[in-house]
Amino acid sequence: MPKKYHIPTKTAPPRFHPVGKYTTVEFRENCAGSCRMCVKKNCVYNIFTENMLHASTMAEPEYLYTCMSCFRCIQECTRGIFSRAINPDYRTLGDDYWCSDILHRLWYQAHTGKVPVSGAGYRGPFVAPGFDSMWTDMSEIVRPTRDGIHGREYINTCFELSRRVTRLEFNPDMSLASAVPPILELPLPLLFRLSPDLMINEHLLVPMARAAQVLGTLMFVRPQDVTPALSPYAHSLIPCLTEADFKEHGAMIGNSRVVELADAPGIEKVFNAIRNIQPEILLMVGIPLDSRAASRAADLSLTGVDSLHFYADEHGNELNAASPRFLKEMVREVHLKLVENSIRQKINLVFSGGIAMAEHMAKAIICGADAVTADHALLIALECRLCGRCRDGLSCPVKLDEPLDMQWGSARIVNLIGAWQNQLLELMGAMGIREARRLRGEVGRSMWFEDLEREHFGPLFGERKVSGLG
Amino acid sequence: MNQISKQQQLPEIKEVPSRFRNTIGKFTIKRSAACISCGLCAELCPYGVHLRYENYSKPMRPVEHKCIGFECRQNEYYCIDRCPQKALTLRLNPVLETLGDFRWPAEMLLAHWEMAETGHLPVVDLEYNLGNSGGGFDKIRFKLPDSEKYLDVSDEAMDLSLDLNKRRDGRPERRLSLPCYSGGMSYGSMALTALTGRARAAQKLNTLTCTGEGGYPEEFIPYADYVITQVATGLFGVREQTIQYAPVIEFKYAQGAKPGLGGHLLGDKVTPEVAAMRETVVGSSLFSPFPFHSVYSVEDHKKHVDWVKAVNPRGLVSVKVSTPTDVDMVAVGSYYAGAHIIHIDGSYGGTGAAPDIAKKNIAMPIEYAIPKVHQFLKEEGIREEVCFIASGGIRNAMDVAKAIALGADGVVIGTAELVALECVRCGNCESGRGCARGIATTDHELGRMISESYAEQRIVNMYMAWRKQWCEILRQFGMQSIRELVGRSDLLVHLDYLDETQRAQYQPVPRHRMII
Repeated sequence: MPKKYHIPTKTAPPRFHPVGKYTTVEFRENCAGSCRMCVKKNCVYNIFTENMLHASTMAEPEYLYTCMSCFRCIQECTRGIFSRAINPDYRTLGDDYWCSDILHRLWYQAHTGKVPVSGAGYRGPFVAPGFDSMWTDMSEIVRPTRDGIHGREYINTCFELSRRVTRLEFNPDMSLASAVPPILELPLPLLFRLSPDLMINEHLLVPMARAAQVLGTLMFVRPQDVTPALSPYAHSLIPCLTEADFKEHGAMIGNSRVVELADAPGIEKVFNAIRNIQPEILLMVGIPLDSRAASRAADLSLTGVDSLHFYADEHGNELNAASPRFLKEMVREVHLKLVENSIRQKINLVFSGGIAMAEHMAKAIICGADAVTADHALLIALECRLCGRCRDGLSCPVKLDEPLDMQWGSARIVNLIGAWQNQLLELMGAMGIREARRLRGEVGRSMWFEDLEREHFGPLFGERKVSGLG
Repeated sequence: MNQISKQQQLPEIKEVPSRFRNTIGKFTIKRSAACISCGLCAELCPYGVHLRYENYSKPMRPVEHKCIGFECRQNEYYCIDRCPQKALTLRLNPVLETLGDFRWPAEMLLAHWEMAETGHLPVVDLEYNLGNSGGGFDKIRFKLPDSEKYLDVSDEAMDLSLDLNKRRDGRPERRLSLPCYSGGMSYGSMALTALTGRARAAQKLNTLTCTGEGGYPEEFIPYADYVITQVATGLFGVREQTIQYAPVIEFKYAQGAKPGLGGHLLGDKVTPEVAAMRETVVGSSLFSPFPFHSVYSVEDHKKHVDWVKAVNPRGLVSVKVSTPTDVDMVAVGSYYAGAHIIHIDGSYGGTGAAPDIAKKNIAMPIEYAIPKVHQFLKEEGIREEVCFIASGGIRNAMDVAKAIALGADGVVIGTAELVALECVRCGNCESGRGCARGIATTDHELGRMISESYAEQRIVNMYMAWRKQWCEILRQFGMQSIRELVGRSDLLVHLDYLDETQRAQYQPVPRHRMII
């Protein structure tokens, strides 16, 4: 049995106090200040130990981040002077898609490398737009589950970036007659990419490239962002080139295993020129995820390209559309178009945009992707608050515009991806699926809100009178 | 019918106040320094917000959770207006914003604390029937009843019983007095006093509780006739003896909150006592395997059932499974393997530690699974021979009634019982010393925050309050037994399946903006 793919995680505490959800509020005027029963002394989580420090230094009190919501201080204070409020900064964190709860969980995972675990059941809405209107299946009795998460069974999460020959041909002497293209297999269905909407600089790219190297995955990078500091990681980078500029970056192509070309009419004509520079190179074409994406994918799949990379917007929505469809519908459209053309097996599909949680990775694959990319999630792992100040040229509240400790940065990202991988194993284990490649397009092992409503509530309640999620 | 029309002796309701000094209410009442302690407010308030004891003339802090709030304005005893010093102020409690979540909003928590305290439905205007989840039970309503059908019988004459054995196979025909019993919570995950309190409550209510997978503590033996022994993948504490104690033996194949995973007990909670019970190492995390490695087919499952039936000839067998797409097939398979009770556990519930990704994403919500299984069992012609139990995200009395109308015979309750013990659903049950409120903990200090009698009576009170709600629903539809309600989905409507004029007749879906 080959060595198991294992992600080494190690606690990497945040450099700044993360924006906490709750704050405790005290009305001190009723407090004598020397109560023997003071709830601050008795806090089960000891969050008030440094309570006095912030008053003198004017720093944010640490319990903004660490309050665990047990309500005991509120309910046990002998004077009843304690109350709680939601931190106003927390309310404005992120946006509707990258909501504060997602940011919090990503921070936790980047800090600890652990899967978020809690008791007392699920607390969210019944159904919500996007990936939250589908559920994954599980196995029961007759189709055993796999115990991947505790390493007791081997679950393979690999995917390929190289094109495949559908059948092999042999010479009369049994030697191989068909040309076998180079094979590139990555251990996780996840690539890295920093979105240019937010910040891109060397301080961020180096730890990310290093994390990509540790994890064995690849990172998309624009040629203008490549600096000498990235040269040790050239093998882990995918330069994103265009028809116009690829000739200037011959050296970069020579050092890479995969190169991406921005889609343009007749882009296939430059494939040979690139393969002349580096015959083993794998080619990927970057395509905007819009209404033409599926037909473009079908055309390009006949040209000898290895993989296609589709870009949705940062919320996972279709581009250039008045009422954009979400990633899961778009992935289905592209995937099914290629299935219809009997070409899906030969080519790999990677999708970017809106991948914010581990479950999005699994669900996109179920919809038909081979892999997805992490973008904003990587920045958030480095404590980004998605405040958008960098877009306006303002300073970063967590100093991502200044040099940061590379070890710490890459550890945070490795932690996050380690936690994501465990969650992917958890979903696949529950489904009884041992290979991420078997998950691809397996919609039969997922449940969709519209189908569940129609099949289970339709016979009871008749016709649904509202559209969408209601 | 003769049997049900006789008057029953219901368990006694006793007031059990909160364990905590400051209760949380929907409103806050503050008394300023202007108070002259005249005692008028205490004389006026019929709800007991203002207390005053003889020989103690100082003003007491108001009991805020009893206050009915601004609707009191019209009353001549409205303390805020009547206070001669204008020393009282009334406000909505701002802390509610930080309490609760989409499934269990703050008001539902407060209402259940109140039910557990008093045994009656809350006087304060609290929404405890509907959550804020925007789907499933929160969009299903009972149809407007026909007032002519109203059956004017007392609560005592109502039959809310649940038959566990419908197979007529010679094993005991056990009948519970409530259409629900308690879910499995293990010794190790919970404070022993809370567990024993649940067992005592089960005895008082003539229902059942379940050991979970952590073994069978001696403290349960006096209540053995009301305790289910769970056989889970870890097989902790499963012995011939513990199987023989139990009236019902439950095979836990999966649990809705973490399908595809066995139980988790993190190292901090594995104290010497827990380790001794489970025959494991102190401080070492216990991850139960998944699945039963002795069961890879329905035939293997039958061997399991036969084994338990041979060990305990008077025991009934329950099979607990989660809700995959083929849950209906699994249910039928379990029946043919010899189970008396088919228990399906949907994805949104659960009390124990589970990865968030599993709770949210794996397997289907119970609202879909109940009609699916009910219908399939009917088509197979075995619906009348099996007791079909649902659980997972069934929060309150109304959810129970809706689940039964969708097709279940009864339900299993977990979270609501913890809420009765003043759980705030902070979700930190698994880490460190465990529950800070002394419920889900094995810590020596925290584990002493609950007494058995407190746990027992709070749970009895909550179910007695629920019982009142069930009786009222039954009366409205002219029924005298909850068994008449099973599968009556024609009495339900789903708001998304009504046109606008019809929808306007029903209570709209709560849609508070929540920060989560």
